[in-house]
Amino acid sequence: MTALPETTDKKLGLVIDLDTCVGCHACVVACKGWNTENYGAPLSDVDPYGGDPVGSFLNRVHSYEVEPKDGPAQVVHFPKSCLHCEDAPCVTVCPTGASYKRAEDGIVLVDESACMGCGLCAWACPYGAREMDQVAGIMKKCTLCVDRIYNENLEEVDRVPACVRTCPAGARHFGDLGDPDSDVSKLVAARGGIDLMPEQGTKPVNKYLPPRIKDRISRTQAALEPVADTPTGLLGWVDRALEKL
Amino acid sequence: MHPAPSVILFTTLSGLGFGLLAFLGIGQPPVTGWVAFVFYVIAYGLAVGGLLASTFHLGNRKNAIKAFSQWRTSWLSREAWLSVFALVAMGLYAAGAVFGSVLIAPIGIIGAALSVATVYSTSMIYAQLKTVPRWNQPLTPVLFLSLSLAGGAMLAAATMVAIPLLVLAGVIQLAWWWQGDRRFGEAGSTLATATGLGAIGTPRQFEPPHTGTNYLMKEMVFVVGRKHARKLRTIAFAAMIVFPVLMLLVSGGHLAAGLAILSHLAGTLISRWLYFAEAEHVVGLYYGAR
Repeated sequence: MTALPETTDKKLGLVIDLDTCVGCHACVVACKGWNTENYGAPLSDVDPYGGDPVGSFLNRVHSYEVEPKDGPAQVVHFPKSCLHCEDAPCVTVCPTGASYKRAEDGIVLVDESACMGCGLCAWACPYGAREMDQVAGIMKKCTLCVDRIYNENLEEVDRVPACVRTCPAGARHFGDLGDPDSDVSKLVAARGGIDLMPEQGTKPVNKYLPPRIKDRISRTQAALEPVADTPTGLLGWVDRALEKL
Repeated sequence: MHPAPSVILFTTLSGLGFGLLAFLGIGQPPVTGWVAFVFYVIAYGLAVGGLLASTFHLGNRKNAIKAFSQWRTSWLSREAWLSVFALVAMGLYAAGAVFGSVLIAPIGIIGAALSVATVYSTSMIYAQLKTVPRWNQPLTPVLFLSLSLAGGAMLAAATMVAIPLLVLAGVIQLAWWWQGDRRFGEAGSTLATATGLGAIGTPRQFEPPHTGTNYLMKEMVFVVGRKHARKLRTIAFAAMIVFPVLMLLVSGGHLAAGLAILSHLAGTLISRWLYFAEAEHVVGLYYGAR
């Protein structure tokens, strides 16, 4: 049944640092690479080299501009993937039982052998985290790299989602957000991590760390000091020489 | 939302078909024999045709049978069961009427109730979605039910019931539009809440994640239909409600009733197209659109 578990033993998820993300899209490429080569139907591209390319991605990086009242505008790069919500609306709408949330670690997954490609789960998700693969006709979503994080054939350092492993800026963190003593939970507490669209009532597990307050150049520092009215030394000589011309 | 023809046909035709089945189930009209046969062919043609149309938008039809498995949580699964129950119950009732010339009232009433419940479950597939505020309102099931019953009454030739039901459906349609236009604002999702950047200032899209389109934008960020929405609403309302009511008032003949039904069907299709085309999904906010 596509009922949500009452509680999950762990709440595995991502913490994304909007202050650190440089918008390089390496996480997008790493995600597509891992997830097209491993579990389930590949993430297809349609017309990839033509005039109207379109493809399936489980992670996309948006860029926004936000202008504070008393300062210059700043650009914020904004990676977005499945937030593995505690109250995941995509799970309960599924008629076939393909969509489910795991009781042991809270990961939201699609059983591709049961998906009929109706697309209702993608409609139910406020975040655009699910995309129907246009070739396979099956719903694809972030698996939190479930085939990496428990994979004992990989080096321990690689047992994190591909996006986290590849991020060159250290803007992506993976861990158990249900454990208040985990590194990710401490990070969220220290930086005031937030939920996306809390009004939707989905209780996302993934958290976003807002950009830190930037240094501001004060108005008095902004302009150069004027040259002294009565220069002395070399400047004084130049001043007098120029006056005589 | 993308107004897929398969889903527009499905909700419109099966709504009409189950509406007619509901009237036949309560013995309106109390037909038997060949006349009943014709009524049931029309009703099953619409209801089953609509259901079949709905399968055309599935990406992976071979798993469609699994849609019966999640009735405890999923409205789509409940709809699958209710439609089968309704068609089976009304099938038994129809067999009695056509072949035995007997109307087994208890089965008919159960079938009628199941037919109405099927239309309700269809409407709840949409009404449950908090992500589409225009649909996520209590009037959505009322709209589906009133249109289904008004159309069903017309097909059942129950003119004296059809006229007040059409007027009722018209009032609900207007109220639904009026309320629907306010729902996105009421739901409170903005780019500020979507990104959490509202604490800094007012965010706006600087650069989209890719230069092309994607599944999400094709499916949920549909803007073409809004340009002529006001005109289309007027046309839909005139064809769906006003013209059929006038036709039924001026003439009791078959021609007038036929024209009224065709006009109602065309108007409902336009209204249902707008139902999708005008509906904004909150994910559009991430793309600087609605």
